[in-house]
Amino acid sequence: MKWFDYSAPESVSGAISALAAHPRARILAGGTDLLVQMRAGRKETDFIVDVKRIPELNEIRYDSDGLTVGASAPCYRLYAHADVAARYPSLARLAALIGGTQIQGRASIGGNLCNAAPSADAVPLLIALGARCRIAGQAGEREVVVEEFCTAPGVNVLGPGEFLVSLLIPPPAPGSGAHYERFIPRNEMDIAVAGAGASVVLEDGHFRSARIALASVAPTPLFVREAGDALAGKPVNEESINEAANLARDAARPISDMRAPAEYRRRLCAVLTRRALTRAIEEARGNR
Amino acid sequence: MSTQEYAVLGTRPVRHDGADKVTGRAIYGADIHLAGLLQGAILRSPHAHARIVRIDTRRAEALPGVKAVVTAADLAVSQDRIVDLGEGDTPLSYLRGNVLASGKVLYKGHAVAAVAAASLHVAEEAASLIDVEYEPLPCVLTTLDAMREDAPILHDGLRTTEFGEKTGRVSNVAEHFRHELGDVSAGFAEADVVVEHEFRTATVHQGYIEPHTATVLWNNDGRILVWCSTQGAFVVRDVTACILDVPVSRVKVTPLEIGGGFGGKIPVYLEPVAALLSKKSGRPVKITMTRRDVFEGTGPTPGSVIRVKMGARKDGRIVAAQAWMAYEAGAYPGAMVGPGAMCVFAAYDIANVVVDGFDVVVNKPSTAAYRAPGATNAAFATESVVDELAEKLGLDPLEFRLKNAAREGTRRADGPKYPRIGCVEVIEAMKNHPHYSAPLEGPNRGRGVAIGFWFNAGLPSSCTLSVNADGSVNLVEGSTDIGGTRTSVAMQAAEVLGIGAEDVRPEVADTDSVGFTAVTGGSRVTFATGWAAYEAAQDVVRQMKERAAKLWETDAASVTLDHGVFRSGDRSMTFRDLAARLGETGGPVTGRGAVNPRSAGGSFSGCIADVQVDPETGKVDVLRFTAVQDAGKAIHPAYVEGQMQGGSAQGIGWALNEEYHMSPDGAMQNASLLDYRMPTALDLPMIDTVIVEVPNPIHPFGVRGVGEANIVPPPATLANAIYHATGVRLRSLPMNPPAVAEAIWSKEG
Repeated sequence: MKWFDYSAPESVSGAISALAAHPRARILAGGTDLLVQMRAGRKETDFIVDVKRIPELNEIRYDSDGLTVGASAPCYRLYAHADVAARYPSLARLAALIGGTQIQGRASIGGNLCNAAPSADAVPLLIALGARCRIAGQAGEREVVVEEFCTAPGVNVLGPGEFLVSLLIPPPAPGSGAHYERFIPRNEMDIAVAGAGASVVLEDGHFRSARIALASVAPTPLFVREAGDALAGKPVNEESINEAANLARDAARPISDMRAPAEYRRRLCAVLTRRALTRAIEEARGNR
Repeated sequence: MSTQEYAVLGTRPVRHDGADKVTGRAIYGADIHLAGLLQGAILRSPHAHARIVRIDTRRAEALPGVKAVVTAADLAVSQDRIVDLGEGDTPLSYLRGNVLASGKVLYKGHAVAAVAAASLHVAEEAASLIDVEYEPLPCVLTTLDAMREDAPILHDGLRTTEFGEKTGRVSNVAEHFRHELGDVSAGFAEADVVVEHEFRTATVHQGYIEPHTATVLWNNDGRILVWCSTQGAFVVRDVTACILDVPVSRVKVTPLEIGGGFGGKIPVYLEPVAALLSKKSGRPVKITMTRRDVFEGTGPTPGSVIRVKMGARKDGRIVAAQAWMAYEAGAYPGAMVGPGAMCVFAAYDIANVVVDGFDVVVNKPSTAAYRAPGATNAAFATESVVDELAEKLGLDPLEFRLKNAAREGTRRADGPKYPRIGCVEVIEAMKNHPHYSAPLEGPNRGRGVAIGFWFNAGLPSSCTLSVNADGSVNLVEGSTDIGGTRTSVAMQAAEVLGIGAEDVRPEVADTDSVGFTAVTGGSRVTFATGWAAYEAAQDVVRQMKERAAKLWETDAASVTLDHGVFRSGDRSMTFRDLAARLGETGGPVTGRGAVNPRSAGGSFSGCIADVQVDPETGKVDVLRFTAVQDAGKAIHPAYVEGQMQGGSAQGIGWALNEEYHMSPDGAMQNASLLDYRMPTALDLPMIDTVIVEVPNPIHPFGVRGVGEANIVPPPATLANAIYHATGVRLRSLPMNPPAVAEAIWSKEG
């Protein structure tokens, strides 16, 4: 690792200027990915912009528009937040799933998204929940839906000088539930071999709508729109769940690597989608 | 069973190093800071097999802050010879070649050059500026590939030794040996049931948490001072002296506290390199490995291919056994196939046995010992076959093992005849444990058992004691403490002296301050260094009796020592009171003990495990685990239990997830603790322990080493449990979720 300079702006505009002045700058939130990658020689930079002191990037707020989660708000604050626990229990479970206790004190779901790993645990659930990304840059602000944020392994839509300010998750509909189910060989401290996020809205024993997304089975987190759409209007039963699970499996494009062979991952997609849907349905039934 | 009454042995005193360890004050290798210290970095090969055409260090040397750069060209050129490392002999050229590659690199991660600089970042940048021109060569990564006639050859000078004779054949097979007992064909002809299978085990690493580190000062007077983390300070001294071609008296090694070794901290990697950098720079130099360095540049334990065939009669007697064992040595000969072959059928009394062993070099890091090296691989094969035989014969798996268990007088195929051993007692303790008869309900659950053996090592140990005026005793020994041995050694001295464990202050000394002591390995420290402490304590007792006799104006032969009280006739005096009067009776009392036991008396162990398998994901959860082991005499039972739990945990990791995941061009893909997947606390159940005590007839207190046999049965235990849960037998390690799931899918068709 070589030397680098560091600044910690306290406003969005301050961050915009710092990034404009240093084209090779990297953005530091919790640092649980960036610092590890720099020490391993996988990322280099001469300038770090620490965004943790910017109020907008630290807020967690619920109002009629839904839940705003600042891009650098650490996981522990998310699962400890009363509105999150009450209205988005699946998100609270997710925040508690990422890393161990020490990591959760630093790591943010915004950082998890920006790191753009195919295996990112937060992203399938954010896609399932219909989250949108608020992005700031010299040209002003823009919004991108989460499923379009990651473009390749380690690559996202952020242009030069842009950064993620916050995530906006719509208010939960009546009769809705969601869940992220991942598979890791160990019981903790591991990278998802595959993962499935699902959200459902139920009405009179039928699916009104559903969204399903997968982790670790494509170059980016994968939104499987057709799997969720197939559930719309169907009765809530094993047959329809299995049909959606099989559609998710068929959409997966996994590779074989040190973490698992491709065919195994493909089969896991059906298992995990079924398990995620089952848990989301339980939550939705409890919500009604 | 052990029946003798002891005052200190068998109790659980607070460990002498406990306060420093739990408060973070203990000094480990990387904690050493000397004035003017430089940081070293090592440039490692990006190729698994390549010829080094040219090394140009000029750009590195020109970088500001760089104080020295070294390559193999800086190593002394001396005649090749055999170096005795205590646990095995190695040619000097292999030791030297592994420290800094010369001519060829033999694995990805092979050290090629090193830099010392004022800061680690400068040293790392300088290392990246060293220009090495390589001519890549085809690599070979598995034993079976390396044994093929057309395989790429690692060492042009390596000629196969076959049955003890040098052949002229150049190959990757360093050695093929055979052990034979009885007539194996006649044995199989007698068998009613024969089971034969091929088993594979992956390359795995010991996974100690503390990376290797060494700090060396090549002093102006020519002395070479070393501070490091090692399992054997004298091995480091001797190997460093050999590689640098200086007399051993020129090297002084101070071993610091060690954060795990398991056999992997016996080899020497950094010390000679740091010494060369110090010589060139005139400053002390520290080199500390990263986790990647540890995985790619230090010895894992061999992967293996093992074919086992066993035959039994209907009456439950095993009548013949045959094994074909090929272990990967890594870059230099010395796969642990020798010990593996000694242990493969060691738990059984079998009349007709043939074992063939092959030591095969491949383009992976040079392998090192790992807790009962070679035996876990072997037991995975044997104990899986034994389980299948028991099932085919309709016998309870423990009854079947008991019927065939090795006993006093049983001859092993490699020669030795057992003295009193505890194999039967271990199996009986398993049978009698409530775990074995507890109901196991629910789908996808199964129970497995397996047993294992490790022969343990004797080897030289030294110990000195000095008596203080307050009645306490200072104990100086040379065994670096990786398992609480300071305390178990001190307790043996305390028992002889009749004082408390807390009255003995043990200290692990540097190589100038204590007599030669072999490595902390082979489960030998509590056995051999404990024995040296026993002898040193006897020496103290003899002298103290003379002092008492002098005070009482009587004959020393009339003085007795019982529970810390000296007596002669109606006179008595405590050890403490007499210690206060040494000055007036002739001055200080010091005792010394030096031993060199030729054998050690082996230890048997056994495990019972319950698992639950998720048939959809192949994930195996260990629900309950019981470990049983013969300790001979458990000096400090809490440490014995700790060893049993540690060996079980490592065995479970080896069984379920750990492996070197290699790319076809020989790069380790998972060289981090994230992806290497050792078990965490959340992956293990509480590991229940049962200590069996069948005293070792050759040790004064009956001690058997307990550090290793406990890792031998777990993989086979879990394989057997998975079979009983799912109906599929896995014959390849690791039995990770994809492997288990694929086996279940194939069964379901």
